[in-house]
Amino acid sequence: MQMPMTPRPTVTRRSDRMRSVAMPPASLSRRAVLTSAAAGVGLAAVPSQLLALTQAGAEGLLNQLLAEINKVIADVEAGRKSETAAINDFRKLFVKYADTAFMAYYALGRDARSISKPKLREFTAAFQTYIANTYGSRFREFIGGTVTIKSTRKAGSDYQINASANLVGQAPFDVTFIVSDKSGQPRFYNIYIAGLNMLLTERDSIGQMMDRNGGNIDKTIAQLKAKS
Amino acid sequence: MQVLRRPLAALFAGAALLTLAACAGPKAGEEVSSGVYDPLEKMNRATHQFNRGMDRILFRPASKGYVVVIPQSVRTSVSYFAENLGKPAETVDYILQGKLKEAGVTVLRFVTNLTMGIGGLGDPATELGIPNYDTDFGEVLYTWGVGEGPYVELPFFGPSTARDSAGLVVDFFTNPIAYATGDQTFRYVRYGSYILDQLNSRGTYSELIDSILYGSADSYSQARIIYLQTRRYELAGDDGSTYLESDADANADSYEDFYANAYDAPPYGDPPL
Repeated sequence: MQMPMTPRPTVTRRSDRMRSVAMPPASLSRRAVLTSAAAGVGLAAVPSQLLALTQAGAEGLLNQLLAEINKVIADVEAGRKSETAAINDFRKLFVKYADTAFMAYYALGRDARSISKPKLREFTAAFQTYIANTYGSRFREFIGGTVTIKSTRKAGSDYQINASANLVGQAPFDVTFIVSDKSGQPRFYNIYIAGLNMLLTERDSIGQMMDRNGGNIDKTIAQLKAKS
Repeated sequence: MQVLRRPLAALFAGAALLTLAACAGPKAGEEVSSGVYDPLEKMNRATHQFNRGMDRILFRPASKGYVVVIPQSVRTSVSYFAENLGKPAETVDYILQGKLKEAGVTVLRFVTNLTMGIGGLGDPATELGIPNYDTDFGEVLYTWGVGEGPYVELPFFGPSTARDSAGLVVDFFTNPIAYATGDQTFRYVRYGSYILDQLNSRGTYSELIDSILYGSADSYSQARIIYLQTRRYELAGDDGSTYLESDADANADSYEDFYANAYDAPPYGDPPL
């Protein structure tokens, strides 16, 4: 899943660190403990800007995503790939480049904090497929279109990439991608399409589902699976 | 005096809605992107059911027929024509906002397309690099500081707010050319081309609109949030990026929170597809 990106330091990312803490080998020698402690100190000594996502890295992520989308479209147009296969590809791209775990958590709103973690994980899996399907199935709109980066703004540890989408038969519109590497690799966790906040729109949608299901998460999970 | 009387009548018609808009709800600039103010929800939902019914039995099939039967070049021409006919009213709207540059460009665009574009069926203005500014009376009210007011779903016209409904009344029933010439044929030509333009949009974005109206858990709520967000962004205009930034900064807090406490090991790895 790791993407060949602009040079980034190959240090342990947050998720890896967490995993190693959570699963210590049974026969942990004193030496190993010392070595990993030293590694920890070494990690702390690395200047923070080396660890942080750079503007080039954030824009690179978007350009790479666009290149992959265009490649799939070219394959469809050349008859090398069926539309069904293309939609499946787009779903995979979505899960690879978007932080769908956070999107699911955000979309569920307050309920995400009250349900059990296994339930949240089950919901997240159903949501990932549902969201990737929803956006992936609309790839036809991108055929012949271009997305051009206009400007990038750093906000905290995030990058807000402002782009202009020029799709066939439509007036150009603004698209803003919010990119972060908090998940362990650069991913976008929200998109604004002509001012439309994807996270907020999905939270509204999932919130309505939950209301109609009387707050029952299992029914909502089943509903998402039925839609995918 | 006909020139004056009718716009005034339209303004009075809008006044009732305006009062509603001005008295209730968040004031201009106070709206947050996620804020939905919908005290009329019960009535709105009934209207939504009506609109959905009209779409299903009338508008959707008509638009499908329109985009299948009429060639795209003709449909595009009709849409250019409809758009150009709205430009005189938009010029007035720009003047009322004090945006004289936009008003001038809009006049230039109207005249260029009317003359060089065969009565507005073509769009040579775009090729000549004349920008296509777009406004309405709802934006005039926004510029004047009128509050957004409650969310309203209008029969046939769909999602709106009290402020935009008032704007729509003014826009729909006023047209400087009709008043200047006193020729009412112009009015019917304008309405006719407007309806065809709407059919074209409905037919062109058929899949997207179907997914909202018939594919979402609650189409009323989806249409509402989509309308409010895009409209607020549009009204923010040049401040649009500032508007997005503040919204994105608020989400960034949720994102921090997610990785700080909420959830220890996101199920990354191969997507469950």
